[in-house]
Amino acid sequence: MVSSNSIVEKYLRTDKLPHIWCPGCGNGIVINSLIRAIDNAGLEQEKTVIISGIGCSGRASGYLKFCAFQPVHGRVLAYATGIKLFKPELHVICIMGDGDCASIGGNHLIHAARRNIGVTAAVLNNSNYGMTGGQYSPTTPEGAKTRTSPYGNIEPPFDICDLAKASGATYVARSHTYKPRILTKYFQKALTHDGFALVEAMCDCPTLYGRLNKKGAGKEMLMNQKDRAVPLEKAKNKSSEELEDKFVVGEFVNKTRPEYTKQYTKMIEKVKLEAD
Amino acid sequence: MGKGRVAVLSGNDAIAEGALAAGMRFFAGYPITPASEISHFCADELPKYGGKFIQMEDEIASMAAIIGASMAGGKSMTSTSGPGFSLMQENLGFAIMAEVPCVVVDVMRFGPSQGVATVPAQADVMQARWGTHGDHPSITLAPSTVEEAYHVTVRAFNLAEKYRTPVIILSDATLSQMSEKIKIPDPDSLEILNRKKATVDPQQFKPYQDDGTGVCPFASYGDGYIWYTTGIVHDETGFPATGDPDKLTIQINRLHDKINKNLDDIIQVDEYMTEDAEIIILAYGSVARSAFAAADKARNEGIKVGVVKPITIWPFPEEVIKKVSEKVESILVCEMNHGQLFEKVKETVEGKAKMAFLGQYNGKSIKPDKILAAVKEVSSGVFQ
Ligand SMILES: Cc1ncc(C[n+]2csc(CCOP(=O)(O)OP(=O)(O)O)c2C)c(N)n1
Ligand code: SF4
Ligand SMILES: [Mg+2]
Repeated sequence: MVSSNSIVEKYLRTDKLPHIWCPGCGNGIVINSLIRAIDNAGLEQEKTVIISGIGCSGRASGYLKFCAFQPVHGRVLAYATGIKLFKPELHVICIMGDGDCASIGGNHLIHAARRNIGVTAAVLNNSNYGMTGGQYSPTTPEGAKTRTSPYGNIEPPFDICDLAKASGATYVARSHTYKPRILTKYFQKALTHDGFALVEAMCDCPTLYGRLNKKGAGKEMLMNQKDRAVPLEKAKNKSSEELEDKFVVGEFVNKTRPEYTKQYTKMIEKVKLEAD
Repeated sequence: MGKGRVAVLSGNDAIAEGALAAGMRFFAGYPITPASEISHFCADELPKYGGKFIQMEDEIASMAAIIGASMAGGKSMTSTSGPGFSLMQENLGFAIMAEVPCVVVDVMRFGPSQGVATVPAQADVMQARWGTHGDHPSITLAPSTVEEAYHVTVRAFNLAEKYRTPVIILSDATLSQMSEKIKIPDPDSLEILNRKKATVDPQQFKPYQDDGTGVCPFASYGDGYIWYTTGIVHDETGFPATGDPDKLTIQINRLHDKINKNLDDIIQVDEYMTEDAEIIILAYGSVARSAFAAADKARNEGIKVGVVKPITIWPFPEEVIKKVSEKVESILVCEMNHGQLFEKVKETVEGKAKMAFLGQYNGKSIKPDKILAAVKEVSSGVFQ
């Protein structure tokens, strides 16, 4: 492992710093964990494509020295599918907000997971739409206040990990910004996993979600992450009442199933053989 | 594909054959009538060439996937019809902005919304020009025969590669389903263009640095270059230029200029018996077929009629239309819509010739006799 300084120089576009994120925002911690995982996994920057959605989290790709782009809101996984299928030797990493991934992009999430295409999804879940000013997202907890749920959210939230698991993802894990090393570990496993891998990073938006829900500043929210996180093993013996306002952390899925682009390559070989 | 051969193909199959010959190696699409046969062909054929076909979850994803594949260096295409074309518009805008070559086929069917899936129209002409938001250029081509569908598709790929832009092919339900004999050329005889590749030292590479041609060299993912791009208006580095009014203007101008400064190369218009014509029938796509037949009949009856058939719809062939309008008395625009290209022609003609419009929007192809009747009315001054 290289030192912090050389990691910064190697992977970050330091000329683009300081970043736009607010003090106390969780995005920086997640991206820190992600680049350490990339470094540990030994991915070559020239062979790694990072695509990010539109949102505060989506700005990440602009700070990263990789083949990177930010196309439109919600379609990151569909772009990734085209890249990975055409050139399977590339590593493709998708950075998405909770809105990007589970709302506008929800359809692409379930189908990328179903195909088990070998891309890594990093979901930065801050429980709201940060970029547009703090509206409710599909992961906003019931009762929470946002700019568009001023009387408390009446919509039940998605559990993104459950969604990915049910859709067929073969690596699914969740951690949070109080545990950056665990995030790095999960990201690293996701990056070296042969199939669709999703890591959900619970992170904070103190400026909007935190303020509207009186959760305190960045530091308080971070401490709160620790209190809310329940390890998978412990969660198994808890009732849903006991898990209210908590989130379960750990590795939910880690299994093998044929990866989509490998299946495609096999099909090509078979078709060519039959044609001969 | 083999060497040159004669075949009986549908319009849809000819487009797919042309794409394959042009080097398409990636296709993503979502089933829709009357375009689905293009997908079927690609699903059958692409794996044989080591290419990839994927049926995506919708047309938004299809458009995204072909852009992604092209960024990784593949020549890519999708095909659809009106409802799907509407869904593609946002990502189409990204391809224009990030300057990613790809080909989008819209086999036009009838009506807004679901319309009528199985019958033809030409009502997406303005959508092909302005469907995605913001100021942007469009290259849109419209073939009128099965053989032309093949060659227009090869050309669409060539223009996409040469100018680093998506190219739209407007076909229609009539052309897509009809069968005609076509000569498929020996692929080696075709002119195939490939995008200009980045050759500079990767450290020096700026993805949108104009090399003087207006079209920047392309670095496919995996070719050793690290670069950034975004749908946000960007400067030559690929990074947002949102705070700089001058840079915003430069970028929008460059997008337009690379097309507008090459109109001679991009614009293709067929003229038929226009030399001494007093009346011009202007028609494109499958309607042009009836226009030619009507012109022949009119000539037999002594009416001096010619046909102007734009194959390039956008950029609009203004110069050609202007020249024609100076020579002739009347221009009769025939379209399967309520009046789309007609407005553009009228604006271009600037009163130099009398304008008449024959629009048919009943899901039926316009028959030659109907055009002939309109020509006679124009000729006798009834049709004003
Ligand atoms: C098609 C479209 N609709 C809406 C928007 C506006 N928009 C930008 S970011 C965003 C939501 C971002 O939320 P999330 O994905 O959770 O990211 P965050 O900002 O919270 O990191 C929206 C709705 C857009 N850019 N494009
Ligand atoms: S608004 Fe929220 S999500 Fe966006 S940068 Fe600020 S704290 Fe982070
Ligand atoms: Mg969010």
